[in-house]
Amino acid sequence: MNLNFLDFEQPIAELEAKIEELKLIGDDNEINISDEIARLEAKSKALTESIFSSLSAWQIAQLARHPRRPYTLDYIDAFFTDFEELHGDRAFADDAAIVGGLARLEGRPVMIIGHQKGRDTHEKVHRNFGMPRPEGYRKAMRLMEMAERFRLPILTFIDTPGAYPGVGAEERGQSEAIARNLLVMARLRTPVICTVIGEGGSGGALAIGIGDRLLMLQYSTYSVISPEGCASILWKSAAKAADAAEAMGITADRLSELELADRVIPEPLGGAHRDPELMAERLKTTLLEYLDQLDRVDTDTLLEYRMRRIANYGVFKEG
Amino acid sequence: MSWFEKLLPSKIRTEAGSKKKAVPEGLWSKCGSCGSVLYKAELERNLEVCPKCNFHMRIGARRRLEVFLDHGPQDEIGAELEPIDSLKFKDSKKYRDRILTAQKATGEKDALVAMKGRLKGQPVVAAAFEFGFMGGSMGSVVGERFARAARVSLTEGIPLISFSASGGARMQEAILSLMQMAKTSAALALLRERGIPYISVLTDPTTGGVSASLATLGDLNVAEPNALIGFAGPRVIEQTVRETLPEGFQRSEFLLDHGLIDMIVDRRELRDRLSAVLAMLTERTRPPVEAEEVKAEPSRRESAAPDDAPDPDGEGDA
Repeated sequence: MNLNFLDFEQPIAELEAKIEELKLIGDDNEINISDEIARLEAKSKALTESIFSSLSAWQIAQLARHPRRPYTLDYIDAFFTDFEELHGDRAFADDAAIVGGLARLEGRPVMIIGHQKGRDTHEKVHRNFGMPRPEGYRKAMRLMEMAERFRLPILTFIDTPGAYPGVGAEERGQSEAIARNLLVMARLRTPVICTVIGEGGSGGALAIGIGDRLLMLQYSTYSVISPEGCASILWKSAAKAADAAEAMGITADRLSELELADRVIPEPLGGAHRDPELMAERLKTTLLEYLDQLDRVDTDTLLEYRMRRIANYGVFKEG
Repeated sequence: MSWFEKLLPSKIRTEAGSKKKAVPEGLWSKCGSCGSVLYKAELERNLEVCPKCNFHMRIGARRRLEVFLDHGPQDEIGAELEPIDSLKFKDSKKYRDRILTAQKATGEKDALVAMKGRLKGQPVVAAAFEFGFMGGSMGSVVGERFARAARVSLTEGIPLISFSASGGARMQEAILSLMQMAKTSAALALLRERGIPYISVLTDPTTGGVSASLATLGDLNVAEPNALIGFAGPRVIEQTVRETLPEGFQRSEFLLDHGLIDMIVDRRELRDRLSAVLAMLTERTRPPVEAEEVKAEPSRRESAAPDDAPDPDGEGDA
């Protein structure tokens, strides 16, 4: 089984393996292998298209968590320049699960804040699997307030299973750190564009997720609790995660229908990790478009719209 | 006097005769902490705090506001709002059915009750969570009621007090309930900008999305004794760190030790102490005229305040 492929992609994996095999045999054979390879490649593409045209919410959740999916620092490398990472909350520590700093996007200075997961085991532990502690959120707030002082737009990248549920995190006020960010972000006098690039895990995601625009990559998710967590509470079994994912409607398309996400950015065939460069290019173009748009809005109007947007969250009956 | 009445402490005995008929079922209640058998009427007079061990029992939203606010006219805020199952959510039960069951059990439309009333004469807005309604979970109605309560505070320039008792965001409203964290926090940001006090009273239990939004954003964060307060629930943390949690972890006293709350206040003292604090907080910023008249001109209040509050002791600058 090829680990680069998810369960539901195994038919594609088998085809790809065959193609690899044929390529190794090479041209020293009499029959024309390149024709056969081309035929299989076309078949693989068609198969991928067909599988990806009807993904379930749970399959998308797995794509959002794909171990090879591009993370915040990958996008920073791909299309920002002059990135200068800024560290620490000035009170306790520097949390590696959230990265932030100054950079330029097509020449214009911005503040970047994003969750960061690790690639190999060592880095995963260092980044705490992208689960911030209070100091991470407080660093984020410090950078956001700095951005406001220097009138820099803020770009956040959301990709976390959630805020870390640990003893130390509780002792240092995980709740308050998240709550404070929500309060501050609602009133920042500078444009804020939030993009969910992978997992939008509950309050831990929302804590850097309040702004003037919410963008989501096609196979990213955003939810109030993980499908597993929801399943174990409401279905009394984590094995019902797929049902929970479906019921909660955690996908980008669903959030777009609910008018919570402003834009769903299409991913390359097979997901962002299949063509990170193309994904980066699309993300960059979209961010520039919204930066231009928000640049033209004066700050008071910007805040008024943001507050109205937030005030409209929710569906109820007024009887 | 029967042999039984002779056994009763004198305080309870005098009441027992006259009030018997008013209590339809179950005269007695057992303390969930020390196990003492308590006379219900006595317990009620003690605001559902065990007279033997001081254990603060959970109380409903309406009862909470009734014992906190002055008797007299009160305006309920957002009573007309009702929850709907916009996502057609179904787990082992339909969300619609869960709503109906909860409404029947609690007599409430949803898990937050908000009132404009008075606290020792001072006009205030107070909101209380109903834990009996789906664990006090925050969905769209809770968020909207809280936001409206904050708006009344804002437009009338009167303090806001909330009593939280909630497991967090309501899963059945999925992403919509997550967004209520943003909505309630943003509403509080405006109070903060305008210098209107907000006191958050955290009661047992306050966790998850409610603790990570409105409940920890008070100018003062106050807790009742021994309330469970935290972001993640203790079971989740135990599973994550794979060790037994220390005694008292995530209780009010633990939070006070770690600098996360301002004070722990006994339920029976809340009215006195919070009204005194609010009086101090608002003394120098109070509007020059009756709050109702200032509504339309929020900015006037700020400029008028210094003139209105001359240094009473004439100390001035040293």
